[in-house]
Amino acid sequence: MVNTAEVVSSHDLQAPIKLGVKDLSISYGDHLALRNSTFEIREHEIFGIIGPANAGKTSFLKAVNRMDMFDPQMEVSGEIRFNGLDVSKVRNVYGLRRRIGVVFPLPVGLPMSVYDNVALAPRLASTKKRADLDVIVERCLRRAALWDEVKDRLNTLGSLLSGGQQQRLTIARALSQEPELLMLDEFSIAVDPVTTMRIEDVLKELKQEITIILVTNLVQQARRLADRTAFFLDGECVEVAETEELFSGEVKDQRTRDYVDGRFG
Amino acid sequence: MFSASELNHRNQRIQSLFRFFLGGMTVTLMVPVVIILTVLIIKGGPAISFEFLFTNPTNGMTAGGIFPALLGTICLVLVALIASVPLGIGAAIYLSEYAPDNAFTRIINLAIINLAGVPSIVHALFGLGAFVIFFKFGTSILAASLTLAILTLPVVIVATRESLQAVPMAFREACWNMGATRWQTIRRVVLPNAITGILTGVILEVSRTAGETAPIMFTGAAFFLPLLPQSVFDQTMALSLHLFVVSTQVPNMPEHLPYGVALVLICLVLMMNSLSIALRMYLRGKKKW
Repeated sequence: MVNTAEVVSSHDLQAPIKLGVKDLSISYGDHLALRNSTFEIREHEIFGIIGPANAGKTSFLKAVNRMDMFDPQMEVSGEIRFNGLDVSKVRNVYGLRRRIGVVFPLPVGLPMSVYDNVALAPRLASTKKRADLDVIVERCLRRAALWDEVKDRLNTLGSLLSGGQQQRLTIARALSQEPELLMLDEFSIAVDPVTTMRIEDVLKELKQEITIILVTNLVQQARRLADRTAFFLDGECVEVAETEELFSGEVKDQRTRDYVDGRFG
Repeated sequence: MFSASELNHRNQRIQSLFRFFLGGMTVTLMVPVVIILTVLIIKGGPAISFEFLFTNPTNGMTAGGIFPALLGTICLVLVALIASVPLGIGAAIYLSEYAPDNAFTRIINLAIINLAGVPSIVHALFGLGAFVIFFKFGTSILAASLTLAILTLPVVIVATRESLQAVPMAFREACWNMGATRWQTIRRVVLPNAITGILTGVILEVSRTAGETAPIMFTGAAFFLPLLPQSVFDQTMALSLHLFVVSTQVPNMPEHLPYGVALVLICLVLMMNSLSIALRMYLRGKKKW
């Protein structure tokens, strides 16, 4: 984890920029998924991204993690700076991805044991000692609020857990990379409300150590968690504002107001 | 309210008709298999004995056993596997996991499909020209096995590629997102989940290889040899060719002998297929998603 000992109570506009996005456009062939978006994400904040389907939210996450490498259709232009470094010019993309944890909308428990699921990332980064792995696995499962449920059956297949458990398993797996940035893409789709609240509590704690991007369909979830929120619509970053401003109607754009008030989307 | 209308009755009659019709087709399909097996067992069964399997043919092949041919077939299959399995699996991994979707890849895929359609006698002539003459292996186990390997490569490639592509994309993406390279992803996530299908493909290849006759006729299988082969550069007898020889080329052949050879050959192939099915069932029990 990041070695910041101080606790950041609320977010801090003076905090250094974790992720700087400038003139970012993403297209798949003729389809423009995101255009000319500019905003920045600061350290130790939860940055919410709300917006209806097809707004370009997931494409943005893919671009941050350089997943365009695996998708020949996907083209990214503009700039994404992670810790000040342009990700498109990073040579060691594997190192970049290791610092960025991703949680997908649908839980993907890999068909290996619960233990191996969480130990996979450390193993890929060549941590091999069983004792070290044991510590990492327990810590990550505890943080993902899953430890108590699986501690007696770490050898069952990850893909056999229930949907909500698998989702927490993927969160544990993302944390096992010891990421500086955690990106959650609509993580609560497959999770029941009680578990969702537990994970949200975990996220609030985590932000003292890492930066979190929370893409969500649930407007109220962004309101509960995010320090600042961006509203994406049809491939456009309409507005970025303090979450409270966004929800109290102090926003400039009529479309944002309509969306958060539930008038469309 | 639920009384059947005329339309309901008609639909049901048609459905019964089709059920009967399609069931009949299935039964028809089984008839030749059952007849072949029955005839072979009745006529060839008495020929099978320990001596038959483990001694040399005698009296101009009209008596004695088939040991050299049995051993020869096993050797041919083993050497063919050593050549084709690594090559086929490697190519399939490249095509499924690495190859970009472009004209070149599509041409390779087309070539593989076409390779599967080339008649085996053409493979035989190719093997003769390439391995026997050009590479100077002579008519030998090596030349025959390499010919068989090329003949059966498409089986391995297609089976492997399909089982690799059956592994959900989401597994790969999850792994890539963790900073794994393509190879790490293949090694830790894709291959362990595809291994069942790959093994099945390999076993099917074995049964195909064991039965082929034409490709080995010109390249390494002999009519009759008094001695067992000493190395891969020697010729060998083989069950499939032996069956052809004792059925058509030798006068005064006792009737049970060709049937016995055929029974041994078909048992070998069926054993391989059953092994493949058993393996598939065992591993499906451990299926992971």
